[in-house]
Amino acid sequence: MKSRYLIFLLPLLLVITFWLWPSTEQISYNRQIRPIINNKCISCHGGVKQSGGFSLLFEEEAKMNTESGIPAIIPGDADGSEMLKRILHNDPEMRMPLGKSPLSPEEIELIKEWINQGANWEKHWAYIAPEKDIEIPEISLDMPVQNEIDHFIYKQLEVMELTPNKEAPKEVLLRRLSLDITGLPPTLEEYDDFSSDSSPMAYEKTVDKLLASPRFGEKWAAFWMDLARYSDSKGYEKDLHREIWKYRDWLINAFNEDMPFDDFTIAQLAGDLLPSPTESDLLATAFHRNTMANDEGGTNDEEFRVAAVMERVGTTFEVWQGTTMACVQCHSHPYDPIRHEEFYQTQAFFNNTQDKDLYNEQPKLFTYQPADKKKVKNLLAWVNENLSPSEKLPEITDDFLYEQKEDLLYSLGYRKVEAEEFQDKSRFIELVAHDQESIWQVQDSSWIMFENVDLDQVNAISLGYASVYGAKVEIRLDSMLGRIIGEGTFGITDKSFPGNRPKDWTTLKIPIDKVSGKRNIYYYFKKDKSFAQDLLRVDWIFYHEKSPLKDQYPSSLQAKLVELSNAKPIQTPILKDLPKKASRKTYVFERGDWRSHGDEVKAGIPEIMGTISNQEPNRLDFAKWLVSGENTLTSRVIVNRIWEQLFGFGIVESMEDFGSQGIPASHPELLDWLAVSFQDDMNWSMKTLIKKILMSQSYRQNSSTDAQKIKKDPYNKYLSRGSRTRLPAETIRDQALAISGLLNKKQLGPSVMPYQPENIISFNGKFWFPSEGEEQYRRAVYTYWKRTHPYPSFVTFDSPSREICTSRRIRTNTPLQSLVLLNDPVYIEAADAWAQRILKESGEDIEKGIEKNLQLVTALKPAPEKVAVLFQLYEESLAYYKGEGKDLDENAKLAAMRIVSNAMLNLDEFVTRR
Amino acid sequence: MNIWEEALIREAQYNSRRHFLKKCTSGLGALAMGSLIGCGTKSSPEAATSLLHKKASHFAPKAKSVIFLHMAGGPSHLELFDFKPTLQELNGKDTPQSLMEGKEFAFLKGTPKLLGPQASFEKHGQSGAYVSDYMPEFAKMVDEVSFLKAMHTNEFNHAPAQLFMHTGSPRLGKPSIGAWSTYGLGSENEDLPGYVVLTSGGGAISAGKSAWGSGFLPTIYQGVQCRSEGDPVLFLSNPNAIDSHLRKKSIDAINEINKMEYEEANDPEILTRISQYELAFRMQTSVPETMNINDEPEYIHQMYGTNPGKASFANNCLLARRLVEKGVRFVQLFDNRWDTHGVGAGNGVGAGMRRSCKNIDQPIAALLRDLKQRGLLDDTLVVWGGEFGRTPMMESRTGEGFDGRDHHLEAFTMWMAGAGVKKGHIHGTTDEIGYYGIEGRTHVHDLQATILERLGFDHERLTYEFQGRNFRLTDVHGKVINEVLT
Repeated sequence: MKSRYLIFLLPLLLVITFWLWPSTEQISYNRQIRPIINNKCISCHGGVKQSGGFSLLFEEEAKMNTESGIPAIIPGDADGSEMLKRILHNDPEMRMPLGKSPLSPEEIELIKEWINQGANWEKHWAYIAPEKDIEIPEISLDMPVQNEIDHFIYKQLEVMELTPNKEAPKEVLLRRLSLDITGLPPTLEEYDDFSSDSSPMAYEKTVDKLLASPRFGEKWAAFWMDLARYSDSKGYEKDLHREIWKYRDWLINAFNEDMPFDDFTIAQLAGDLLPSPTESDLLATAFHRNTMANDEGGTNDEEFRVAAVMERVGTTFEVWQGTTMACVQCHSHPYDPIRHEEFYQTQAFFNNTQDKDLYNEQPKLFTYQPADKKKVKNLLAWVNENLSPSEKLPEITDDFLYEQKEDLLYSLGYRKVEAEEFQDKSRFIELVAHDQESIWQVQDSSWIMFENVDLDQVNAISLGYASVYGAKVEIRLDSMLGRIIGEGTFGITDKSFPGNRPKDWTTLKIPIDKVSGKRNIYYYFKKDKSFAQDLLRVDWIFYHEKSPLKDQYPSSLQAKLVELSNAKPIQTPILKDLPKKASRKTYVFERGDWRSHGDEVKAGIPEIMGTISNQEPNRLDFAKWLVSGENTLTSRVIVNRIWEQLFGFGIVESMEDFGSQGIPASHPELLDWLAVSFQDDMNWSMKTLIKKILMSQSYRQNSSTDAQKIKKDPYNKYLSRGSRTRLPAETIRDQALAISGLLNKKQLGPSVMPYQPENIISFNGKFWFPSEGEEQYRRAVYTYWKRTHPYPSFVTFDSPSREICTSRRIRTNTPLQSLVLLNDPVYIEAADAWAQRILKESGEDIEKGIEKNLQLVTALKPAPEKVAVLFQLYEESLAYYKGEGKDLDENAKLAAMRIVSNAMLNLDEFVTRR
Repeated sequence: MNIWEEALIREAQYNSRRHFLKKCTSGLGALAMGSLIGCGTKSSPEAATSLLHKKASHFAPKAKSVIFLHMAGGPSHLELFDFKPTLQELNGKDTPQSLMEGKEFAFLKGTPKLLGPQASFEKHGQSGAYVSDYMPEFAKMVDEVSFLKAMHTNEFNHAPAQLFMHTGSPRLGKPSIGAWSTYGLGSENEDLPGYVVLTSGGGAISAGKSAWGSGFLPTIYQGVQCRSEGDPVLFLSNPNAIDSHLRKKSIDAINEINKMEYEEANDPEILTRISQYELAFRMQTSVPETMNINDEPEYIHQMYGTNPGKASFANNCLLARRLVEKGVRFVQLFDNRWDTHGVGAGNGVGAGMRRSCKNIDQPIAALLRDLKQRGLLDDTLVVWGGEFGRTPMMESRTGEGFDGRDHHLEAFTMWMAGAGVKKGHIHGTTDEIGYYGIEGRTHVHDLQATILERLGFDHERLTYEFQGRNFRLTDVHGKVINEVLT
């Protein structure tokens, strides 16, 4: 017996001795030392405070002389190091951490040993490239395994002494797949088809089919739109309309076409700098035109331009690097080794774009809606056909049709520009909301300016205007007080402008002096007889040439020019760099204050993140660096985001912070393995990555749980079961519309405005113009997004306001959500439509009808007890509508069934993806 | 037994068979009860649950509730409380260049003229505080309040300045002071939101909903805007053809099926959802009841000057009293007509501002009186002010002038009352034209620190970890204004 015990005891003794023995094992800075420093030291010895001149943020600083004149850490000599002395000090006023409880003996021992070993520094894991050949862990669990992901997941479960769940029933899997991939629930037919397909390929076939559906892009674009802070309005006080939905459509298409993530990145950050960019490349750059713009009266445009540029830096690092840069605006990063000036070095990449918080959002790309595009192309072709050879356009192409039209009209001397497309203005000029297509609030001595107008042939200028008070204008050259080359008086055109919009516009034609060359031209407005805050409205400006080419052509051709000019383009704000000679310098802002310039900086990336090869890198080089093999974070960060979309938690839960203060990864090796294969084997294909995850057995588990699992894995971060999460706001709405049959599947196009209560939409001047008919029932991704008044039911279900980049939505569970599903007219309409269908289909067998339709919510054929509860609800409601409540609704049957369908749309199973 | 204990017991009964479950719901948050998953703090199991439970404050609070009266647009201190005879003498004189150089204003430029006070002033009460004839009723209450006459801020545009006042930051994305309060303390009433916002004066305020947003805190902490017209809370009333009897029946059916679902899935979120449906049903009664001021006696209506059914500041003041009476933690009022640029007749600090004052004078006096007579003023903190003050200079963008003043960040007046704030006290002084604070200057962050102090919090310790850093309302600034506290 004794010897048998010994056999067990010996190895144990060995282990204990090994641990207790003065270790010769190398201490890991990242695993053993960094957590102590981050928790106990860094808040006083970091990027913000360097008490005693000692900082532990950068290796060289930590080993540098402190205020006392000697370094606090002397590698190899712990006992001689002030750091250890102070940690061990007897005097509480000297002992570190000051005023807090002392370090534990184990912690002190570790630090001592670490210094004695040479105080070796290590980079935080996120700044070290993932290993290329991560071993797939062996597992001993006797469970079916589909791919590598399961090895990593199951290995960890083994360590935690948990076992994964069995595969979920087929119907549940189908609903899960449909909602995760397309954001829409399966139909009853799809349930039947899938359950009856017994082939081993049935699951994969369904995954492939769903990934190929055009609905995929609509679901996944929404996820990116939170990051892109996509919105149909500009934010801040006025929160005026912004036409930028083409970017949303670009996203939907990009996801549907499975644009590789590297191209996807480059297009959005620097599509304009690609060699001969297409319209699509330019539309992609609207990503960074989603920054807020402040149209509040009296704001400093430069202040808000700078705010937008700084925001772009922060957003770029949050989206692609999972790194918080905002604090580096004011000082070095408190926890991560990023220096204050490095923020401004990256800002230099973004500081050279033309946009400058102008009302009209220039620069923009002008495109046409499909119908207009066809019309414009035909008109252009017709006109071109009838021109003499020297005036013809070489060929008419689909891309950049608007520019071709502009060139043609200009060369023929049809020179009309919109008044709101100025390049600069004085303070008291605003644009008329909602569409901002004319200028207003023109006051005494206010002005607008147009750059580089060719006046060689021009002898008169017309303005399309309307005015209640009358006004004067002086046309000035080169500066707002420059030479006057013409002036005119606007008459009174109306008594008032109902709804803030003139009914009729009048033209004032002003002859001008002869001027040569391209000049900046100022329209300087003055009061006439009376002062007003709103002297006049100006819609357009027309430059009359002495003998324009167009006059040599018949009036039939000239009429086409008017038609061409009138075709309304869609405008999308885009990125465009300033020409080299006008490029901006970038300075460090002291304490983040844009008014106090420090040293000038050149574009570059934070040192900790690697190097950019190019000598003088620009925004394109920066974008390419993000998706190059050099970058240690991009791939990990996007893989983590996609993982979170499918499981409800990221492998790194703090998706916005991969830094040393972020939440440690639950499965670091899995994250790295996925990141490497996403980049190298999947060639950045997001669909391939999504499929890989969906094909895993870990994904296919059923989501039921038990005490053991709740105890050890309460949030299911370790996937001890299938994930069970509340659906996102968009999916909840889409699902109700789809189940009830109301959903309008039309894709793309301008945002729509579904119903909202009257007292909401008329609150601050009308900003919501409800869409008509079927447009009410478009998918949620097309709902007009107004930052200061986000669509109420979306906010209630935790969507952000999209004023800033949002990496994750925090799911809440509140009574306001119950009120939305119970009472929001959209859900009542859906309940009504669904009730009508159930009644029509089921005839007399109401219970059967309920049973059949309840499957749309429960996925599995519903349990008879659930059907019974609903059938009883129907019967009792019916009795009530026939008796006591007969005045409520004349159609008692429909009303009773509406109660039932309304209840079905309120079930936990309806709002949950399980 | 207080409501909190009752809620815990009720919950315990519910979970008795499943004692292993974490306590997943409890009265707290923007709507008294809420649960959240993945709240995003470190080591979520502990952190997430502790977020849900009512937390004790750092020390014994003086205030149970706060009523914050914000005059959006920036009321002129020079026409209300900060009497400057010298400015009167300098009326119409050019502003010395030293006051313009290196300063930022929204609209002023060149050399504007100084503008003397447009109101007449008298000393009031035992404390002898100056109040102008714009606020005759409030003047009778000066012995209840402490004035902060040398407030200053960092922002001179409305939206950033309002955000600064309410979130401590001029940019979006930070939680508002009401959200911090409910995050820290929870609510005292499980049938009502813990943080209610009421607006008057037409239109939305410049900063929009972000002024009562939850920023990076979970959304359950954001303010709930209650309206006097339509549903007081969105989607509160039942649709046509569904009455309360049927609603009860359908919620019973929903919860019965959800319970079955819980038996299968064991997900505690389902239990939370069941309790939220019950709360939603209770709110359908409790919220309209609280918001309906018709049941107040006539003398109360006369005292406040209310106008039931309309969105008015007087109604909102009365509602504020009703809400704190029921344990609502933070009541935020915005009145939106205080941007007195004088760009037209009746838009300046003369007749225009006098009219705005008429709308608030009687209701504010009534609120203070009413809170006092009910003994509520002892533990209710009332705060009054705007996002900034107005310039001693006349704004004349019109060239003709309608007695307007531009935005001014260097000096303005606010006042506080109740919850142990000194009565009849004046703190801070401005220079002889009301341009700079020369003594007892108090910053917006100081005010915020003081409000949190009254609620029992050390503003440096009420923090939330986000993006790897502990954030707080006062950023890295703020000092409690002890001079006005007892």
